[in-house]
Amino acid sequence: MDFHLSNEQLMLRKMYREFAETEVKPLAEEIDEEERFPMETVEKMAKLGMMGIYFPKEYGGAGGDVLSYAMCVEELAKVCGTTAVVVSAHTSLCCAPIFEHGTEEQKRKYLPDLLSGKKIGAFGLTEPGAGTDASGQQTIAVLEGDHYVLNGTKCFITNGNVADTFVVFAMTDKKAGNHGITAFIVEKDFPGFSQGKHEKKMGIHGSSTCDLIFEDCVVPKENLLGKEGKGFKVAMQTLDGGRIGIAAQALGLAEGAIDEAVKYTKERVQFGKRLSQFQNTQFQLADMHCRTQAAQHLVYAAAMGKQNHENYSEASAMAKLFAAETASDVTRRAVQLFGGYGYTREYPVERMMRDAKITEIYEGTSEAQRMVIAKHMGVK
Amino acid sequence: MKIIVSVKQVPDTSGKVAVNPDGTLDRASMQTITNPDDLNAVEAALKLKDETGCKVVVVTMGPPPAAGMLREIMARGADEGVLVSAREFGGSDTYATSQILAAAISRIGVEKDDIVMCGRQAIDGDTAQVGPQIAEKLHLPQVTYAADIQKTGDTITVKRMLEDGYMTIKVKTPCLLTCIKELNTPRYMSVGGIFEAYGKPLATFDYETLKNDPLIDPTTIGLKGSPTNILTSFTPPQKGAGMMLEGADKASCEKLAGILTAKHII
Amino acid sequence: MSFNNTDIAAFKDVWVFCEQRQGKLMPTDFELISEGRKLADELGVDLCGLLLGDKVEGLAKELGGYGADKVYVCDSPMLKNYTTGGYTTAICQVIEELKPEVMLFGATNIGRDLGPRCAARLHTGLCADCTHLDVDMPIYKDFLREASTLAPEKIDGLNTAVVLGEKHDVSRDLKMTRPAFGGHLMASIICPRFRPAMATVRPGVMKKNPFDQAKADACEIVKPAFTVTEDDVQTEVVEVVKAAKKLVDLIGADFIVSVGRGISKDVAGGIKLAEELAAELGGVVGGSRATIDSGWLSADHQVGQTGKTVHPKVYVALGISGAIQHKAGMQDSECIIAVNKNDTAPIFEIADYGICGDLFKVTPMLTEAIRAAKAAK
Repeated sequence: MDFHLSNEQLMLRKMYREFAETEVKPLAEEIDEEERFPMETVEKMAKLGMMGIYFPKEYGGAGGDVLSYAMCVEELAKVCGTTAVVVSAHTSLCCAPIFEHGTEEQKRKYLPDLLSGKKIGAFGLTEPGAGTDASGQQTIAVLEGDHYVLNGTKCFITNGNVADTFVVFAMTDKKAGNHGITAFIVEKDFPGFSQGKHEKKMGIHGSSTCDLIFEDCVVPKENLLGKEGKGFKVAMQTLDGGRIGIAAQALGLAEGAIDEAVKYTKERVQFGKRLSQFQNTQFQLADMHCRTQAAQHLVYAAAMGKQNHENYSEASAMAKLFAAETASDVTRRAVQLFGGYGYTREYPVERMMRDAKITEIYEGTSEAQRMVIAKHMGVK
Repeated sequence: MKIIVSVKQVPDTSGKVAVNPDGTLDRASMQTITNPDDLNAVEAALKLKDETGCKVVVVTMGPPPAAGMLREIMARGADEGVLVSAREFGGSDTYATSQILAAAISRIGVEKDDIVMCGRQAIDGDTAQVGPQIAEKLHLPQVTYAADIQKTGDTITVKRMLEDGYMTIKVKTPCLLTCIKELNTPRYMSVGGIFEAYGKPLATFDYETLKNDPLIDPTTIGLKGSPTNILTSFTPPQKGAGMMLEGADKASCEKLAGILTAKHII
Repeated sequence: MSFNNTDIAAFKDVWVFCEQRQGKLMPTDFELISEGRKLADELGVDLCGLLLGDKVEGLAKELGGYGADKVYVCDSPMLKNYTTGGYTTAICQVIEELKPEVMLFGATNIGRDLGPRCAARLHTGLCADCTHLDVDMPIYKDFLREASTLAPEKIDGLNTAVVLGEKHDVSRDLKMTRPAFGGHLMASIICPRFRPAMATVRPGVMKKNPFDQAKADACEIVKPAFTVTEDDVQTEVVEVVKAAKKLVDLIGADFIVSVGRGISKDVAGGIKLAEELAAELGGVVGGSRATIDSGWLSADHQVGQTGKTVHPKVYVALGISGAIQHKAGMQDSECIIAVNKNDTAPIFEIADYGICGDLFKVTPMLTEAIRAAKAAK
């Protein structure tokens, strides 16, 4: 399949790659070691329009398209999984729902700062008791005059400690199940809102992950996102888009690991031969490349589906499922090709392997993707 | 006020460079890039644009694919591009190239408060000649090796690098400056800039466009107009491999020190 | 008298632009005078220095000691500091009047500003950054046999060039040889139709003659007529600042220890090890382009195509892969020692002695071994 990449997209890829190689790659090891959020990189990306790629210029976006955004996450992930997910979570999980479900006033108020990267966005759906089963929301929102009062806790929130603007979900009607969930735009300075401590994780160490705590948090009524009781739909649609970002992140991780493995196996000599001369190496790399190419097709197809306003829910679920499992498989094989060196932190493949695992879990586990795909197949 | 930046597309000699059996460069196998010093000139121009809102026009002489490079520079923020391209211009040495670029720049127009900028030199030829020669042909004062550029009114103050220090030079516009990498760090293309780049004006100047300029004459352009000729080109012989010492240990180091002493090298 | 730069026969003598900064001659001047001497002898003409400045006549005789028969001195307060406009005006006037057939400049930051501007004004050819110059054909051919991979028959038959469709005998032309494409290719350039043939010559490449006091005393000083006005100068030199930090003198060094990308995991530590080894050898530290581009070392440390060309007695390459641009600047070193983790690094192809290993481990051992060897002498 030929994606007919436009001149602009080809130029973007070149620019992303240059930026990733020069600005992101040199920091990848450090932010992983230090579990440090790469704020300096976010500032640079903001200047270049990378925090609002596919949104219209009238709201401060770069006026691009969804595939151009997916390519950005992909190129970043080739060298740093953390930096990729910062952009993905910000764009897909905060900017997108405000753009797609917000009122004109909300868009004018929040998007310019978010899309220009002055502010970072995050998304609060997951709770200790509501993971894949998002309908089990325990956070409660009660309307009191001109504002809602929120109480509850969100967990594992990407960009949690660094974000200024949050799209948050809470129950406005406990009895109504999914139809009782409502979405809100929460600012970090709202009274009663606080962020928990940095979660220590297996991978994406530089990514900020924490709890969001609501203790009688006051959210003005005008910050209702969409209609009351329609939050579940907002969440599901947002996650459909978010999966493109995570799929692109997984794709980039796989590609990055292949780049490293090709380079290494051409240099490393054992038994008097370069590793690349062994058929096992060639077969491994051929399989890895093949799977990754297939993943790229699925990811790009999903991105174009969203761009063209098709029903892309199944496409994005397939892209994420396949790309994430590919990333885990390919990075693991890359470590194996490196042998002992691959297991050390001297080479980036062990980090890539740790970073890859999360792509099978967040924004819908691989199992959740299979549920979505089966549902679209009519298999009940 | 406007700034005209002259740039060149060059083979990327930092990567693997392939040479054909006949000793010529295998250009087909090499990536092309924008000459690095030229990007410093572009950045200097864009900085002045940020400060003053002036227009930045980028000009190159080369084959039609060089237009892609001009688009990339427009994606960094340049406003207009001019591609100077014609069969008649082929085979030009630096002298003839300067002559043609001077004519092109003069057609774009150099007014009282304008600046022409170039990179110090291109990595394919490393001649550093085109900047000064454009300046001479356009009768502009030049300052080369600019490591800092400050503009106040019509006066430009340049920190001009020497091997053992620098000179501070004041020059009035219009003038030509050549830029070195110490001057700045070139910005990236931006996402928004890329989506705008293809909508910006890009003109092509061919022989017809420039032929009435007094600088353009069959005896001053192309192969015929080039005062220099290549007598021969060749690849230098590879120096033969020496001796690899067995083991990265103390014994090897001592052996090496012993050889150097025996040969009276140390 | 009109200046006809195509009247080849009207031009004679080899000239060298002798650059002075703050009343001091540059080392390049002596290299170029020495090289110019060779060319003038091959052509059977005089070698003349061209010296510009304010009250610089006193510097002229020294140039004679390296081979100048004559020095033209242009003295004027307008020429006190180097300005492109002032110097170009004076030089072009004197050239038009006295018609040298060869004009050499040092390829310094000033020579490379001035040379092209003069060539453009005089409408003649200039070959930049030359590393080899010849007139005499047998000598030139010997050079090609040594320095090129050209077939012997091709070298033997190389007597003419096609110029504007006609065969041109190159035996009296200046053959200006220079690297291109980062040293991957060399080219010999001629300027057959115009005079003077101009070249800028890379500093540090040409060998300096021994100084001869008798020749210095015999050197003739001539003060040609010229006019330079404020209008010619065009720029104002506000100040000339010598770098406070002493720049590394790579060109003059007998021992150079250079570092490359291999020090990336501990830049400061790697540089320190190189400094220790350099100190033991009595040399200086250099670097590959990667180390300069990454900001690990300042630009004056750079060896290679875009940096300095060096030929020390010993060149130690630590963690330098040996990209061709780097080799271009150091492959003529008398002895090359390479330490690199990667046994297939191209640096080993030109190294006299190679050690495949981690520079962080090998360098201290090598420093110690050399210290011990010196002590034992």
